[in-house]
Amino acid sequence: MNNHPSAAPATRRPISARRAAAAITVALAVTAGAAACSTSSGSSGSGASSGTYTIWDPYPQFEDSSAWVQLLDKCGSSAGVKVKRTAYDTTDLTSKALLAAQQGVSPDVLIVDNPVVSTLASAGILTDTSTSHLDTSAVEPNLMGAGEYQGKTYGLPIGANTLALYYNKNILKAADVDPASITDWATLTAALAKVKAIGKTGITFSAIGTEEGSFQFEPWFWGAGANLTKLDSSQAQAALSLWTGWVKDGYAPNSVLNDTQTTSWQEFAAGKTAFGENGTWQLSNADKAGFPYGIIDIPARNGGAAPVPTGGEFVTVPMQGDTARYTTSEKLVACLTDAENAFTTDNTLSYVAASKSVQSKQVTADAALGVWVQAVQSGKARTGDDLGTNYPKISQQLWTAVQASLSGSSGAQAALSSAQNAASSATGGK
Amino acid sequence: MTSTRSPLNRLAQAPAGVELSTPAAGSPGPPARGRGGRSGRRRKPGASQLAAWAFLAPVTAYLLLFYAYPLYRNVDLSVRDYTVYSFVHGGAPFTGLANYRSIVADPTFAPALIHTLVFTALSLAFQFAIGLALAVFFTQHFRLSSLLRALFLVPWLLPLIVSASTWSWMLDSNSGIVNAALHTLGIGPVNWLTSPSWSLPSVIIANIWIGVPFNLVLLYSGLQAIPHELHEAAALDGAGPWQRFRRITWPLLRPVSAITLLLGLVYTLKVFDIIWVMTKGGPAGASTTFSTWSYQLGFGNLLPQFGLGAAAGNLLVVMALIAGLIYIRVQRTQAES
Repeated sequence: MNNHPSAAPATRRPISARRAAAAITVALAVTAGAAACSTSSGSSGSGASSGTYTIWDPYPQFEDSSAWVQLLDKCGSSAGVKVKRTAYDTTDLTSKALLAAQQGVSPDVLIVDNPVVSTLASAGILTDTSTSHLDTSAVEPNLMGAGEYQGKTYGLPIGANTLALYYNKNILKAADVDPASITDWATLTAALAKVKAIGKTGITFSAIGTEEGSFQFEPWFWGAGANLTKLDSSQAQAALSLWTGWVKDGYAPNSVLNDTQTTSWQEFAAGKTAFGENGTWQLSNADKAGFPYGIIDIPARNGGAAPVPTGGEFVTVPMQGDTARYTTSEKLVACLTDAENAFTTDNTLSYVAASKSVQSKQVTADAALGVWVQAVQSGKARTGDDLGTNYPKISQQLWTAVQASLSGSSGAQAALSSAQNAASSATGGK
Repeated sequence: MTSTRSPLNRLAQAPAGVELSTPAAGSPGPPARGRGGRSGRRRKPGASQLAAWAFLAPVTAYLLLFYAYPLYRNVDLSVRDYTVYSFVHGGAPFTGLANYRSIVADPTFAPALIHTLVFTALSLAFQFAIGLALAVFFTQHFRLSSLLRALFLVPWLLPLIVSASTWSWMLDSNSGIVNAALHTLGIGPVNWLTSPSWSLPSVIIANIWIGVPFNLVLLYSGLQAIPHELHEAAALDGAGPWQRFRRITWPLLRPVSAITLLLGLVYTLKVFDIIWVMTKGGPAGASTTFSTWSYQLGFGNLLPQFGLGAAAGNLLVVMALIAGLIYIRVQRTQAES
């Protein structure tokens, strides 16, 4: 059509208009990513036929043939409905759940990481347990803590996990370290030095810039006596200096800054690292690692076991336009969390059960779980200490400080005091 | 000169022109308008106008639905104070530019801006230079040259998450192949992804590798369009290879270069996957750009801050828009000269 656009001045105007429009279009293409924030329409929700109930879980590792999905189907059929299950990556699930609620297509049952429960409750998208008639009486109070928000409780824990130190027996023997001698930070650091002397890596953990990094740091943070409401205390500094020192002295690899708990586990499982800070969920992998391993509690600064953060998911019932659906959702949740099914589920997930009776059943079945049950019983909810929805803001500053100090971009003290400043401005002075 | 430039000009406009059908819609416009008014008895113009609208409707609906509305929502998100509650239930108070003010006042802002600019400038410069060098190299046909050229496209064909994960394995401080190679050369390990001074260069290197094929393909097709006779004539006149490149290839390639750089700029500004997979913008923000920051605010935290995330994202849109306007300006001066 325009064979010689540059030759005819008369046509210049429409062309430059077209170019302007084209440039704007090109610029708009950039938004495609950013705009996804706002209008990603929720996936197929509960609006379907009343005989189908949707369940979202953060266990993408389980395929349709797995015991977990079979349990979901079984619970569905005993409640007389069809279950449609969707698995999301756990980091995606919060925003997916919020978007779905905004579009009015929340799932009937939502299984979500415990520190998110108070956030979702504050968003007003979860039913509290008095509405959904969930029975919380069997649940251990320290585990229920994460489901509390403004005096009400939301959902039921499906089980709990937490952190401890796995150790490689072969390496400790070669380095002449007795695991029983490790009772506090000083003895642990001394053990790491011995391990380094025989040419192995001392310890691996995850200090990545996400919630995982904070989760892994908290046992040391709390074990020093620090509190999340004051990130720049001298106790907090001691904990951060401990980790920073390990990285600086070569006891821990520099890659911990980029390691998730999964990649950190892979390093431990490669058999060249003496200690690995990791969770209950790795137990079944530990048996496959091909070397004898043991587990000890994470030591507190001056001896004893450090308080560990409790992980694990809550089974919640999101609000629905059609409240008649709650009756069936309640049956589904009760089925998923009843004693017998919880035993199976928690064994599948490698979790510790949320109720005492199932916990003791687990220990009877496998004595090795004793350490974990004990750790869970002394565990602490991350959103506890009245932090609630402030926890995510504080946690973000905590992992940033850990990253800054471990990478050497600022000192432990400076990193923590700027973290505290940022956290208190984010939480409005809390 | 003019006659040889116009085909190139058209080539340069092609990618942009495809996006809009204004010229197609514009041509039936004037006659319809001329005959319009009170032509109720004559069905023909009405029908053709209707047909014009019908042809226009799909693209208009598409643009409105997938470009205008998301953009509007993004702007709307960025000027309201969204909490998780108001995100779900509505009723977020209008706060004007408060989100933008807190974005600009945030200690992350200045580093993120600098990282975005450095990341974009270095990526573009190297991608373009390497792409151009390879394109010139491939214009001399030699045995297996097309096979080799096809191999150069591999980075482009791989899903970004695959290339980014591969890079992050290769650059791992302990077990990465790059440090192993350095070790055999007697160089100590470099903390590519975990040191505050290396994480940004590392993601830039990975991004350059991914972007070279795009530049290679566009520039190579631009070079193909330059008539061979010009080179021959210049060679007969005694111009050496460098002179031929400077006096013939380079000026004739300018329109293609401009669109390559503009598209490259847009793609590079919004690069997110590579950085997120390789470093998560860390350590402690050392490789955070606007796109990772925007994601971090909106999705990367347990508590999403949609308003701030949208504001940071909109700054990116503005940057791309400025680049687009500069491009138009350059095109116009080129057309006028």
